[in-house]
Amino acid sequence: MAKNLRTDLAASIAGIVLIAAFVIFALHAESETTLLVLLAIGAAGLAGATRSGLAERVERGMRAHPIVTRWVSLAACAAVVLVFRGDHFVLLLVATVLLYCVVCLGLNLQIGYCGVMNFAGAAFFGVGAYTAAVLANHTSLPHLLVLPAGGVAAATIGSLLLLPVLRTRGHYAALVTIAFGILFRSFLEVNDTLGGPQGLKVPGMTILGWDLSEGLTVFGTSFSFYANYVALAFALMLAAFVLTRRINRSWMGLSMDAVRIDETAAATFGIHIVRWKITAFIIGNLFAGTAGALFALMTGFVAPANFTFGDSLVMLSVIVLGGIGNLWGVLPAAAIVLLLPEKLQAIQEYRFLLYAGAVILILLFRPQGMFPRRLRTFNLAGRDLP
Amino acid sequence: MDIAFIGQHVWNGVMLGVIYAMVAVGFTLFFGVLDVIKFSHGDVLTLGSFVGLTTFLGLQRLGDMPALLQLGIVFLVSVASMAILGALIARFLILRLRSAPAFITLLITLMVGTVIRESIRLFYPNGSNPQPFPSLLPTQSWQLGGFTMRVDTLILVASGLGTILLVHLLINRTKLGLAIRAVAQDGETAQVMGINFRWIVLATFGIGSALAAMAGLMNGLYYSEVHFGNGTMLAVIGFSAAVIGGLGNIYGAILGGFLFAAIQIATVVALPWPSAYKDVVAFCMVIVLLAVRPTGLIGEKTSERV
Repeated sequence: MAKNLRTDLAASIAGIVLIAAFVIFALHAESETTLLVLLAIGAAGLAGATRSGLAERVERGMRAHPIVTRWVSLAACAAVVLVFRGDHFVLLLVATVLLYCVVCLGLNLQIGYCGVMNFAGAAFFGVGAYTAAVLANHTSLPHLLVLPAGGVAAATIGSLLLLPVLRTRGHYAALVTIAFGILFRSFLEVNDTLGGPQGLKVPGMTILGWDLSEGLTVFGTSFSFYANYVALAFALMLAAFVLTRRINRSWMGLSMDAVRIDETAAATFGIHIVRWKITAFIIGNLFAGTAGALFALMTGFVAPANFTFGDSLVMLSVIVLGGIGNLWGVLPAAAIVLLLPEKLQAIQEYRFLLYAGAVILILLFRPQGMFPRRLRTFNLAGRDLP
Repeated sequence: MDIAFIGQHVWNGVMLGVIYAMVAVGFTLFFGVLDVIKFSHGDVLTLGSFVGLTTFLGLQRLGDMPALLQLGIVFLVSVASMAILGALIARFLILRLRSAPAFITLLITLMVGTVIRESIRLFYPNGSNPQPFPSLLPTQSWQLGGFTMRVDTLILVASGLGTILLVHLLINRTKLGLAIRAVAQDGETAQVMGINFRWIVLATFGIGSALAAMAGLMNGLYYSEVHFGNGTMLAVIGFSAAVIGGLGNIYGAILGGFLFAAIQIATVVALPWPSAYKDVVAFCMVIVLLAVRPTGLIGEKTSERV
């Protein structure tokens, strides 16, 4: 048994290292053929690992040694950043993927757990971004506070939609957020104070006098300034992930699941449906807004074209691809959806067509997503057994 | 502000209202029989207008023929092909996912719409730019004081209203309509009564998509150009119209369509802001209306059986 546990641990560490190596190679790949070959190897490796039971051992090892797993994963992420320390473009992409993850975690909380439709993820992301742009341009609010301010703004504007969202059901509820998404974009395009279609410039972020838009030099190695934002985005993602996971694993998550699966039954058992829907909707929008604020400060520029209905659909593709309600699926799915078209310039033009086709195929043949959400496992001892 | 100015705007509103109502009727028909929203509806509309445009260009190659004949052929090809496409989407995607949650159906049809839209953009020659649409209708106009009445808009409004009337008669006076209403009321019981459920669903999706093609052609003729993105906005507007009218109710959809156009026009005429705010105001009104009447203006009171 003990030996088994140790090999499981070795398997999980090897798994994390392999994934990190794969990500590094994929990001490094210059030619499209190399990338395609790498992707084929990756897919084959994943399939092989699942077949031979290796994936299961990796997972068992991770569950048995959560702390080791955590540190090894952190080290792996740091290694990826270290390898690309000088590459602006790659680091910008990595940070964008992380921020999209934050939004999609929020969407998972809303749609995946509580069943509250939200077709306006990009709009709430945009509310955060524009809030950050206005605050950073016109006030001297410390930038570290601008991030939560963006989140609060998105949550507040989201609360205006609460009444119609709560009173309506199904398709009617979907329309509320769709209408909001379209309205938001049209409003930005025609509103001159917010820059109209050209958008607004945003100054770079400074934290306590430290300018994040300047490259960093640690022990003689210089980092691109985007490394700062990657670190910040990673911290944000980690916080969102931990929070969402805690909610999911608590009685709150249980109540939300009950609300999603059967409102009437949940109400019969004394679950306050309205309360959970409000909670999920507000927390989800808070995530989206905070991520949007950081996005604005990072890219230094906001424009309506970044927050369209199409972008909301891309976010939904991420959570469908990753498996609705599965938090672990969000990061790989976001990486695939955002990085692939950037690295494969040939398909850049066709990316919306390909996403849409991929989502249709997944919904038809594997509706639970690439990485389906697991059933809850309960054990009364209070801790996970290996 | 004189009468002619207002009259012009009201007339524009009527024109828009007819197009919106036709799209909304499609949404409401689909919802009636299967309780689903088919969001690819708007892109089917765009595809309909592009098929019409391609047919016209093909006919021009063939040689001269009377404009009326051209119009007829363009119309037939576009409407028939979209009816078939609609039935195919229903057969292979929507019926297959009948037991899936509403979110899944909505998402898959949104994605089907994206596929259609992107295909037009990428594969139609120069598809990412607006394409000029031929004016197949007479182009005279009458001048009544400051009010200009274009003959083509008159024909468009009349034919749009005629089409809606036809659909109304089809639903209420024919055997097919009776079957559609039966399926809408209770699919299982309808099947027990010997109605071919699958066939009726396909027929309904065909009719709705034919309406979309018709609306697409009208949109093209009215604006004299078509664009791959036309359908997205029209779909959202048509969906909103169907929802504020009350999903599943044809009269609700018509009312919703005209109401949406009325709000847009009223914003342009009455409010001091730039006219580009018309969509912002209209969608705000949609959200407010939904908060006030969550099942639409002529919605049924729903009670849930457990």
